Formats: sequence, C-alpha cells, structure tokens
Amino acid sequence: MTATLHHSIYEFEGRSEPALCFGRGHSRQILIVPPLFDEMNRVRRMLVQAMRALDGHAAGSVLIDLPGCGESAEPLSSQTLTRWRDAVASAAEQMKATHVASLRGGALIDDGATGLPRWRLAPVKGASLLKTMIRTRIAGAKEEGVVVTEAELMAAAELGPIALAGNHLGPDMVAQLAVALPSEAGRMIERKLGQDFVGSPLWMRAEPQDDAAMSANIAADWDRWSATCGG
Amino acid sequence: MAIESAEVENAVRGLLVDILGVSPETVAAMDDTTPLFGALPELDSMAVAGLLTEMEDRLEIAIDDDDVDGDLFETFGSLIAFVKAKVAA
Repeated sequence: MTATLHHSIYEFEGRSEPALCFGRGHSRQILIVPPLFDEMNRVRRMLVQAMRALDGHAAGSVLIDLPGCGESAEPLSSQTLTRWRDAVASAAEQMKATHVASLRGGALIDDGATGLPRWRLAPVKGASLLKTMIRTRIAGAKEEGVVVTEAELMAAAELGPIALAGNHLGPDMVAQLAVALPSEAGRMIERKLGQDFVGSPLWMRAEPQDDAAMSANIAADWDRWSATCGG
Repeated sequence: MAIESAEVENAVRGLLVDILGVSPETVAAMDDTTPLFGALPELDSMAVAGLLTEMEDRLEIAIDDDDVDGDLFETFGSLIAFVKAKVAA
C-alpha cells in the first residue's frame, strides 16, 4: 500500500506555515513537534519514515514546520518560544490533532496543544540547546583566529539578533531558551532511548544519518500509545 | 548524586558512540593511548560543542570553556583524566 503523503499548511498569525501529512483519513492524528534548530535537520528523514510506517498502523500524523524554520517564509530572528507554543496550538486545532508527539527541544513548546495526550522522546532543557550553539560559535570563531567569550555573546544577544551555529536568534528567544524547561503539566509520557526502544540519538550526530529500525520502533510505540490513550 | 569514578569511563564511551556515531566496537577497543582529535574523522570542532554539553548533562559537571583546549581531546586517556578531575571537583 502506498502511504498517503501530502503537503499541507496551517494558518498562524495570518500567514500560512508548512505541514507534512500522512494518513489524513485516519481517526487518530498525531501532531509532531520537531526538535529545534539544526537538530531538526538531523532527524527529519528518520521522523518522516516513522510517520510513513505509522500510516501502515492506520494512524495519521502531521509534521509542522515552526515559523522561521524549514520551509517557513518567516525569519527565524523574530521568533520566540512563546510564539512557537502558540503556533503548536494553532496547528493542533486546525489539523484536528488527537495526540501530540515531541522530540528534544519540541518538548519545550508541546504544551501549546492544551489538553491532548503528549508523548516525548529525549526532552532537553533550553539551556543545553543554547549552550551547544554558543560553544559551536566560539569554536568557529577560534578557527578563524578570533577569541569570543560566552559572556560577550550573551551581552550582544540582549541588544539584537545574534548568529549562533547558523541560527539568527533574537533577544527574546535567547532569554527564553536560557530558562526554558519542558512542561510537566497534563497527560504526558516520556520515552528514553535504550530503555523504551532501540535507536540512536541522531539529533546529536555531526553528520546526518538514518535509522530504519528506530523509525519502525517509534511508529509501533506511537501506535500502541495512541490506541490506548484516547485523545 | 555524583557519578562513581569507575563509571566515568563507561559514560564517556557511551558519549562517543551516541554523539559521534563511532561504532561501539571501535569505542570498546579504545585505551589511554588511543588518539582522538585528528584521528577520528567524526570528531571535529563542531562535534566537540555537542560532546561538551552532553557530558555536562549526563555526568552532572560544569565545564568552563576556558578549560577546553586541543590537548583535552588528544587521546582517550586525556579525555578520561579531564572528566574524572571534573567529577571529583
């Protein structure tokens, strides 16, 4: 059976943002909140393969691009975690999501979909994401013979957007990342690699990789969870 | 709770597999003299950033970037020595 992939959109603040859908005809619809920044790029193929496999379990899924990310037309530098949480809320409502699944930094904003059961894989603190981007920036500068410190970067981030590891982040985004923790409110389960299923932390890899077994494991877990945890 | 010194080595081996995608067999065969930076193609300066942050999270240590230089990742032994010193601190 050919999986029923199609490209769709959701409306947010009067603009159209991209969404990738599988199995829109199924009654279960899992909204997928992706990892943030470059971690998304490293897991996209693995995630989409999991969505394709989930369609085979007779459940649909929607992978959104957050405003300013992926194929969104918006600039990243004007985004904040608050806006992204609102975008998740808009997408959940418009795409008629029954469940929400998030990976890594997606867990910082998945509570936008109020009231829906949430599934998380390897949630991460905002401070850890920020620290890695700052370190990457410092290492990049060092290779060019320029010394820049974390304190200097954080001071610059208060005044205007700064470029960290290829991401242009505005002052509010940096300030929110520094303190953001995944919300513990509501119905939520957390999955850990190696404990709940076999897979590899592709989001950390220096180079893009795929993991077909991990995609199949995630799809099977989404199926079991969403079948027993009604939306 | 502070991680035991004996567990540090296993934790670091796990990090090299998870972050760099080096095969578990390669990592298991590493000893104190195994060269890392410059010898492992997966370990570039960008990968080091993720490695340091994940080391902080998993081993509950704080790493000052001023402590980090090329020598730290010279060999598997130098990396283990650095992490053990941080865990003991």
